[in-house]
Amino acid sequence: MSFDMLIQHIFNALTLGSLYGLIAIGYTMVYGILRLINFAHGDIFMISAYFVFFLITLLKLPWIVAVILAIAATAFLGVLVDRIAYRPLREAPRISALISAIGVSFFIENICLVLFSGVPKPMPRLNMLVTVIQFGNIRILPLAIFVPIISFLLVAALLWMLYKTPPGLAMRAISEDIEATRLMGVKVDRIIALTFGLGSALAAAAGIMWALRYPQIHPFMGVFPGFKAFIAAVLGGIGSVQGAMIGGLLLGFIEIMIIAFFPELSGYRDAFAFVLLIMILFVKPTGLLGEKLEDKI
Amino acid sequence: MKLSKKSLVAFFVVLIAICVALFYFSDFGFKKLATQSETDSAVSSSDTVKIGVYLPVTGGNAIGGQLELDGVRLAHKEAPTVLGKNVEIVFVDNKSDKVEAANAVKRLVNKDKVNAIIGTYGSSLAMAGGEVAESAGIPMVGTSCTNPLVTMGKKYVFRVCFIDPFQGAGAAAFAKEELNAQTAACLIEVTEDYSVGLASFFERSFTENGGTIVAKLNYQKGDQDFTAQLTEIISKNPDVLYIPANFAEGAIIMRQARELGANFNILGGDAMDNPEIVKIGGDSVEGFSYTTFAYAPEMPNMSPIATKFTENWKEAHPDKDPNALTACGYDSYMLILDAIKRANSDEPEKITEALAATENFPGVTGNTTINDSHDAEKSVGIMQIKDGERIFLTVVEPK
Repeated sequence: MSFDMLIQHIFNALTLGSLYGLIAIGYTMVYGILRLINFAHGDIFMISAYFVFFLITLLKLPWIVAVILAIAATAFLGVLVDRIAYRPLREAPRISALISAIGVSFFIENICLVLFSGVPKPMPRLNMLVTVIQFGNIRILPLAIFVPIISFLLVAALLWMLYKTPPGLAMRAISEDIEATRLMGVKVDRIIALTFGLGSALAAAAGIMWALRYPQIHPFMGVFPGFKAFIAAVLGGIGSVQGAMIGGLLLGFIEIMIIAFFPELSGYRDAFAFVLLIMILFVKPTGLLGEKLEDKI
Repeated sequence: MKLSKKSLVAFFVVLIAICVALFYFSDFGFKKLATQSETDSAVSSSDTVKIGVYLPVTGGNAIGGQLELDGVRLAHKEAPTVLGKNVEIVFVDNKSDKVEAANAVKRLVNKDKVNAIIGTYGSSLAMAGGEVAESAGIPMVGTSCTNPLVTMGKKYVFRVCFIDPFQGAGAAAFAKEELNAQTAACLIEVTEDYSVGLASFFERSFTENGGTIVAKLNYQKGDQDFTAQLTEIISKNPDVLYIPANFAEGAIIMRQARELGANFNILGGDAMDNPEIVKIGGDSVEGFSYTTFAYAPEMPNMSPIATKFTENWKEAHPDKDPNALTACGYDSYMLILDAIKRANSDEPEKITEALAATENFPGVTGNTTINDSHDAEKSVGIMQIKDGERIFLTVVEPK
């Protein structure tokens, strides 16, 4: 393999990995606070791409407005899902909430299938982000640089919010002991709604960038990235925001490098990628940055 | 509840009785019935030759079935006699249903005592009907059923279209002859029969004609990121890249390939025939070529037979255009008539032998040779994306 190719592979991996990481942050946040694996996350991610598509093609809004509106609408949808599907189950066993999450996921996928049909829709191009930049033989999409930067900014903002603001303090308190937090006079349901709003906004940011990179939108586009991101979150140590990003990048690198070094294994990339991941989890069962927790699902 | 010995015995007796009844009324029992009718039909066919047609003109496959039926009827109008006898078309609607398809063929064989059968659109329907035709010993010619299983292991079942994977050979012929490619790479969806089949035909034909496959990479259903595979392929610098993909993945692959700086030609199969690929792929699908049936009313350099077919069609149906399906219906009727002429007999057994020996029969959808597996080996059409439009580029003869 030539040096150029290696650099090209590294940039490919960076783009894929940071997208996984960005989706994984949403998973890890909700899990960290509620101990709930929000299986509808991948579908929230998909909806955001549809929002942008319709805002741009039907209402002809400029990109920046469409993106902000889409993120806001998706955040609202996340809060709505929490209100309808998770809040009534707050006192129920955790497994019930998990099943409810799977139900929400199927519901969103199928309602989209009915409303928008299964035919993939072409995502409009944002030339600024998808016009290739060339350095010698190496070709990079601006997206490949933009996505990691956005992701790191979002991680920084999230960490600041969690550790330096009152709602962040409340979130961390809920993750320790929800009943005690309620006794302290914190409006627990409101804080949890905020968590879902933020998690969904992150999913929206990821969904829009994913659709820019892989420009076809269909009702099941969130399924595979959702799985991969969930795995990335577990790998990084679920509950840890930095861990999700690192897990995503690691998964992206493993997937790309397996093909780069063993092209003949390309059809079985997931199998080999996941064997590697299982081996990592054998060594560090709580994930790379995970803390020891007593009751995980 | 505890079962007494007596009721247990009674239960088994009833069970065995049901099995025997089912067995008797199943295909096996039917076979005895059918052999009887075969001798009948050979005797009864004196002044007319009956060709049975079973196609779906109602239900989910109705549009395709109607187009093919129109093609058969046009052919019948053009050639209403053979060996000095009148040809009679007996049509039965198979209602896009497997059970109805089997019943339709049973009816054609037993009641109408046809000499040969045409049908059908839809591979699963053709499999159900073919099973009956096979046990009755009546030759059947499939119109546009492209699944390899339709004719597999059958003595009396043929088809006038090529099987899906054969397109791979067409793509290889196009790459070698029209594009002068010496090296090729394949990117295959390893979880999809269609993709694997097309790629293996492409590889065989391309290497047999002196080309070299420099890279063969795979991906799985649901993958969105092909950058690793494409970077590897670009480093091998092939003359063409063959992607027997579905249109959704195909458009994304091409987009990523061009973004990574690929400047080779890209070829695909008929699953790419969808206007969406231009919307999803944008500029990157420009110049992309894919294989399809070798007939379209707007095709350039039409063969004399295709020209005649198009003219006759426009005269009979001024309101609608012919397409590849009507041509398949037309060709299957003409193929059977050709076999009857060569056999100089309208006995099902003789027609079957003549059908199996078909070589270079000139059809609307290209010169047709029936191979050992009873599938047509014939010309393949090449479509290309040009200025965002799909145009019919040329016809190639795979070797």
